[in-house]
Amino acid sequence: MDIIVCIKQVPGTSKVEVDPETGVLVRDGIDSKMNPYDLYALETALQLKEEYGGSVKVISMGPPQAIEIIKEAYMIGADEGILVTDKKFAGADVLATSYALAQGILHFKRFDLIITGKQTTDGDTAQVGPEIAEYLKIPHVSNVLRIIKATKKHLILDMDMPDSIGTIKILFPCLITVEKDIFQPRLPSYKKRILTMNREIKIMGISQMADKDEKKYGLAGSPTKVERIFPPEEKFDRETWTGSGEALAEKMTKKLKELKFI
Amino acid sequence: MNWPKYSGLSSLWYLMPNERNNFKMDLKCMCSKEYKKIDKNDLDYLKSITDSSRVFFKDEISEDYSHDELNTVRGYPEVLIEPLNTGEVSKIMKYAYEKDIPVIARGSGTGLVGSCVPLNGGIMLSMLRMNKILELDQENLTLTVEPGVLLMEIAKFVEDHDLFYPPDPGEISATIGGNISTNAGGMRAVKYGVTRDYVMGLEIVLPSGTVFNPGGKVVKDSSGYSIIDLVCGSEGTLAIVTKAILKLLPLPKKTISLLVPFPDLKTAIGSVPKIIKAKKIPTAIEFMQREVILAAEEYLGKKFPDNSADAYLLLTFDGNSKEEIEKDYGVVAEIFISEGAYDVFISDTDERKEMVWSARKALLEALRASTSEIDECDVVVPRNKVADFINYTDSLQKENGIRIRSFGHAGDGNLHVYVLRDSLDEKTWKSKLSQVFKKMYSKAEELGGLVSGEHGIGYAKKEFLSSHYGIEFIELMIGIKAAFDPKNILNPGKICQF
Repeated sequence: MDIIVCIKQVPGTSKVEVDPETGVLVRDGIDSKMNPYDLYALETALQLKEEYGGSVKVISMGPPQAIEIIKEAYMIGADEGILVTDKKFAGADVLATSYALAQGILHFKRFDLIITGKQTTDGDTAQVGPEIAEYLKIPHVSNVLRIIKATKKHLILDMDMPDSIGTIKILFPCLITVEKDIFQPRLPSYKKRILTMNREIKIMGISQMADKDEKKYGLAGSPTKVERIFPPEEKFDRETWTGSGEALAEKMTKKLKELKFI
Repeated sequence: MNWPKYSGLSSLWYLMPNERNNFKMDLKCMCSKEYKKIDKNDLDYLKSITDSSRVFFKDEISEDYSHDELNTVRGYPEVLIEPLNTGEVSKIMKYAYEKDIPVIARGSGTGLVGSCVPLNGGIMLSMLRMNKILELDQENLTLTVEPGVLLMEIAKFVEDHDLFYPPDPGEISATIGGNISTNAGGMRAVKYGVTRDYVMGLEIVLPSGTVFNPGGKVVKDSSGYSIIDLVCGSEGTLAIVTKAILKLLPLPKKTISLLVPFPDLKTAIGSVPKIIKAKKIPTAIEFMQREVILAAEEYLGKKFPDNSADAYLLLTFDGNSKEEIEKDYGVVAEIFISEGAYDVFISDTDERKEMVWSARKALLEALRASTSEIDECDVVVPRNKVADFINYTDSLQKENGIRIRSFGHAGDGNLHVYVLRDSLDEKTWKSKLSQVFKKMYSKAEELGGLVSGEHGIGYAKKEFLSSHYGIEFIELMIGIKAAFDPKNILNPGKICQF
């Protein structure tokens, strides 16, 4: 089974500040990391490879420093990686991002399955996966909870829906976006780091794409226009507890004490 | 033997040298002091100097206050008071001193040796309402707190200011007062030391009600006996801490954890001294075995990132840049691999750290859930003797037919060895437990270790302390106790008192 996993570099902390005047994210001095949801996608791919054979390739779009997460994917077990990067891709919305990634994926020539995380922790749109599939004209399923079975031709999956779980058979080639906790992601390995230190990472700019029409990429290819970025209003956390009255009362007392209300 | 009439200190201090030889056989009969029982007049007075809504008498006292997490030593105070300030504590102490009423201070009750369990009734001071962070001094890098502030509150508060209070005993709902009382250690001790290393000044109330302020915001202190060091780790027997000035460090900007799988525990622990020798000091080196990891997975309902190996080391490195840390852990990783580790896994993001450390922190609860009863030995041995000790406990399992599990701090030599009751009947359990404990403490002594690394002596471990140090040492401790507390009203019956 030849699997492609889409990964993205995101800010390493959730405490990202927005410049109140320019509305731009303050990224200076902030660490970045692989989107945590993508780790589940990569783990799913590795589990499938371990069971059914094949290969796991990763693709990312981002600035040149996003090469770090491809290296990290190698440390986790990916076999091959592409970084789609070009100044002309800057300012891409979900549509232009999906298009560039779809173009990059074409470079891999053949694949059975594309896996993406459910969403990213910075954009949170959950749209890029399905849009890639639409561009590639392949079937796709979002919010996959569990892979029940895989054959050479198809997958059988559980898909999370608001009030129920759907069991679905999907033919290859296809794209799935996986839920958090589908598998426990493994950690990057030091041994693999040494082993893959000099492994090639292919860099693709607009000139390597099959479609070189600049109007389809970056800001020019993005129908979404961002008017303003602002920090969300502060929310008050809520917790729902269930259990027996006695246990709840104890829990409540403990919580109130912890919050120093009593 | 005739005890002096006033026998606050169980009188050992006043024995003639020839009588001291009988010390061991008389250990049990030396807690005979009769304290005053609290009556209505006492209660009225205590309410008048505090507030009746913060004074609880007998049946009004929740069962929680009759034990700590050890749960096998139990005792109720006659009255529970929640003081709000040093003035109230001082007035209560003065009254108790005059009337000869025992007093015990209690934080969150997370202790493991019965230190905050009253053995003689009396007054319990719950310090939880004295829970204010009083001052952050960024010029002297100190934090002044009241004793009831919780560790998790301190950690969060200082980290929000890019500062760092290193002691991390794992039990984050413990109070700082409790931590000072036991000289709590924790996982970062390998690199940063223990609570005592971070207490620069104290405000203490003596049994007589006198308020003292030993130490202060000073880096150096060569001013006579260190009262601070005596009070730290005194488990509430010398004075009541009402304020503490804590030393802070700049918050290391980056941390990375390594999870290292090994074919067996012996290889895992055996490689630790080589890391120390290579002068790469992690903030923490914890060890754990597959079986407890599986128990933690079941307990948490979450998978650990790897459970294929028999034994693991979990290390954390901190520093100011990713490159600096990578350089350090690169050396360490190479050492581990040459010592026989299968691989070295890198945990470098919040999610990954949470994944491995949540399991580490749940090990004890998971172990508790896997058996009917549990008892713990918290010995500390020199770092290069950890493997010897663990191998010894392993042999004790087979020899004594009882399940023994351990995990903990491979880097600082402080071991947490748990003896599990499983399906043993009460009598067999007690007898096997006692045999195994005696053997473990004497092995620790043989290896140059001590009775307790971080939990304290309290009630549960005092016999092991006395047999470790012997009579003259215990006498010295009793003398110190007498200097602070001549009427023996503060937490009597603990550490060195029998």
